[in-house]
Amino acid sequence: MHSDPSRPDSGSPNSRPLVLSLAGITKRFGALTANNAISLDIHAGEIVALLGENGAGKTTLMSILFGHYVADEGTIHIADATGALVPLPGGSAEAALGAGIGMVHQHFALAENLTGYENIILGTVPLWRPGFGRAAARRKIAGLMRQSGLAVDLDIPVGRLSVGEQQRVEILKALYRDVRVLILDEPTAVLTPQEADGLADTVRRLAASGLAVIFISHKLHEVLALCERIVVLRGGAKVADRPALGASRALLAELMVGRPIPTRQRTAGHPGTSVLRLAEVDVGRPGERDRLTGASLDLRTGEIVGIAGVSGNGQGALAALVAGLQPARAGVVEIAGQAVGSGPRQRLAAGVGRIPEDRHRDGTVGALSVAENYVLETIAAPENQRGGFMKGRAIRERAAAAITAYDIRCPGPDVAIRSLSGGNMQKVVLARVLERAPRLILAHQPTRGLDIGATTDVHRRLLAARDRGAGVLLISEDLDELFALADRIAVIHAGHLSEALPAEGLDVRTVGLMMAGHAGEAA
Amino acid sequence: MIRFIPRERTPLWLSLAVPVGAGLAALLLTAIPLALAGAPVLRAFSLMAQGAAGSGFALAETLTRATPLIFTGLAAAVAFRARLWNIGGEGQLYAGALAAVAIGAGAITAPSWILLPMVLIGGALAGAALLLVPVLFKTRFGADEVVVTLLMNFVVMLFVQMMLEGPMKDEMALGWPQSAPLVDEAVLPRLFEGLRLHWGLVLAVVAAGLLHVFMSRTVWGFRIRAVGENARAARYAGVPVGASMALVGVLSGGLAGLAGASEVAGLKGYLTADLSPGFGYAGIVVATLANLSPLGVVPSAIFIAGVFVGADSMSRAIGVSNYLADLVVALALLCVLIGGLMTRFRIAIVHREIA
Repeated sequence: MHSDPSRPDSGSPNSRPLVLSLAGITKRFGALTANNAISLDIHAGEIVALLGENGAGKTTLMSILFGHYVADEGTIHIADATGALVPLPGGSAEAALGAGIGMVHQHFALAENLTGYENIILGTVPLWRPGFGRAAARRKIAGLMRQSGLAVDLDIPVGRLSVGEQQRVEILKALYRDVRVLILDEPTAVLTPQEADGLADTVRRLAASGLAVIFISHKLHEVLALCERIVVLRGGAKVADRPALGASRALLAELMVGRPIPTRQRTAGHPGTSVLRLAEVDVGRPGERDRLTGASLDLRTGEIVGIAGVSGNGQGALAALVAGLQPARAGVVEIAGQAVGSGPRQRLAAGVGRIPEDRHRDGTVGALSVAENYVLETIAAPENQRGGFMKGRAIRERAAAAITAYDIRCPGPDVAIRSLSGGNMQKVVLARVLERAPRLILAHQPTRGLDIGATTDVHRRLLAARDRGAGVLLISEDLDELFALADRIAVIHAGHLSEALPAEGLDVRTVGLMMAGHAGEAA
Repeated sequence: MIRFIPRERTPLWLSLAVPVGAGLAALLLTAIPLALAGAPVLRAFSLMAQGAAGSGFALAETLTRATPLIFTGLAAAVAFRARLWNIGGEGQLYAGALAAVAIGAGAITAPSWILLPMVLIGGALAGAALLLVPVLFKTRFGADEVVVTLLMNFVVMLFVQMMLEGPMKDEMALGWPQSAPLVDEAVLPRLFEGLRLHWGLVLAVVAAGLLHVFMSRTVWGFRIRAVGENARAARYAGVPVGASMALVGVLSGGLAGLAGASEVAGLKGYLTADLSPGFGYAGIVVATLANLSPLGVVPSAIFIAGVFVGADSMSRAIGVSNYLADLVVALALLCVLIGGLMTRFRIAIVHREIA
């Protein structure tokens, strides 16, 4: 490990030609230095991992590369067609695209009602001249698909493709524009393990043909398996630039966080009585994509049941059912042995704590203060109001106590919650949910988008709630998370919920196959 | 190239400076059409200031004009806070005025301390009922309240004209389409002898204070703010979204209805079809200029009223069309919208390098 920005490529002695060279990139936002003198050289055919916690400066760096921000200091050079390094003008996305920088974002930028083919050529050919260059475009795309191994039906609307297929369209779109540097932002976050393996093969093949790939990911085992070189950012500075060979997950995590991460030993839960029972439950209308058919589940106190699956397979419907947002169309729903009606207030009264998937959209009201968000669910309770008037001081005091207890980093209970980072926002949601000591906790993607520190904290809290005797329904796309927390795991695919099996006897590959809908092969 | 960079927090001085700056900018921009119309610009502005606040009488006229604007401004502010786009303030104002006349023009005989509250409450209830319809359509069927409330303005206006030509026409008014006058017990008293300023102003200012306390301190005000800022999260957290919206409808429509009742009971004494020169619509400008703050509505309404009254007297003195007042108000709205952009974004000018 070294941290000398003046010798950026010492971590990878490399004879291949340079394609991209960032030198001394500094970007400040007010008092915050988001990027501090970052230098980075990328060679043709190299797969470089870019690691860092949220707020480490990855996004800022990539935004500068893409011309969305202009660096305060530093230069970017990129190889032109002859291989000579030329300066890349700052602040221009067109220039970055024209120079051969392509990016596949975590959230795709595809027009869902157009076909894959149309999405790929969109913006590259004048569409008002029908037929112009289309045959040539098709030939080029066919060639790219052969060469890269990216197979996907390009003649149906993108909206009908699976997430993995949409990602292939995105990559083809970048390749079609003759990229020399391809940036993949959290590309495996939405994929099953098998799809992720397929993506890794593609990336290796592309690199072998001379493409430089920057791979941004949280999943350290993927990074170690795929990348040759690993660059770690922390607090806006480059803290490591080293070969992947010889690195370990523990080492990388420590580099990212800046302190050793204690590894947690799995402990088994002690299941008690039933806290959530579903029997042959249907949610959502036939034909809806995210729905549940004939789902059965028995969740007990003192255990965590994990629901694995690629998003869009019915998790939304299951979460909406448990959260009380959507009623069951058929079947039995019992909470702690009693049939209950639907509705968020009924759920709260029944002792259900709910952590929504999208904390910005469903979990918090951004313009309200931390304290107000903390009492959003319980504002009508006597400790929060008297005669219709809010007990402002009592609310603020309890919120201040929660800020301390949950280590929420914020200037105080009165600041608008939208000024908090995602991890701290999630801690407010957790504090709100756990304060009421719920007997059933719905945790829907509770750590999505959180950094390692915040993720560890959420996991610790959920395990503590389980040990206290709560039943936890953990819906997650992250298999590492499920295997780290869940006592039993069920798989959801195309609206069908499998039987929840003890996590001890399961392995990642089997669950992956079930997530992709190959239940037979898994059995 | 100009870039807009979102601000994380808006400093307090800026949120106060923006409406003031917007008002001043609007006045300055008005100098252009004034000069084009051949008027002496500086004298025109001086006449405007004198006309709006140059004497006790002028000030009283401005405050009289501000009274309905405070009510309609509060109506717009509370609705827009909840993201309920009530464009029907004008119709609710007339509904309130109609109810005030129906109750106060001789139908009921009672002492003032009973009749006057009945007139005001009746006006508020009429306005509230009128807005409740589009709100229920919105929450039940997803009907767009902008269209419904806007179109209901025309329905109400035609209904008022029909009533004034027909059942409610005053036989003693020499054929003019106007209602019978309110009985003495239903009239809001003047604040000062010899001036038109009436107790409606006090009611309006008290309403602003009460609405401020309601929105910031009470459980229902909290729910309304939560629903307005993020209805999905509010629903998720168990906030009764439909009931909150219905309450907003009652409050907003009721305040607009009070504007009409107060104009009839405090100023005009009877109802005509030209009771309001667009107070319902101007309330939207007032609320926007006040950044939807109930307390801010009061100075904002006084400013807009001053512009109207001042421009009126200036146009009479130097012979320029008094449509200039509308121009200032429209410019103030545009300026405050631009100013609002600045409270939410920092503006940076980026020099693009040419490769």
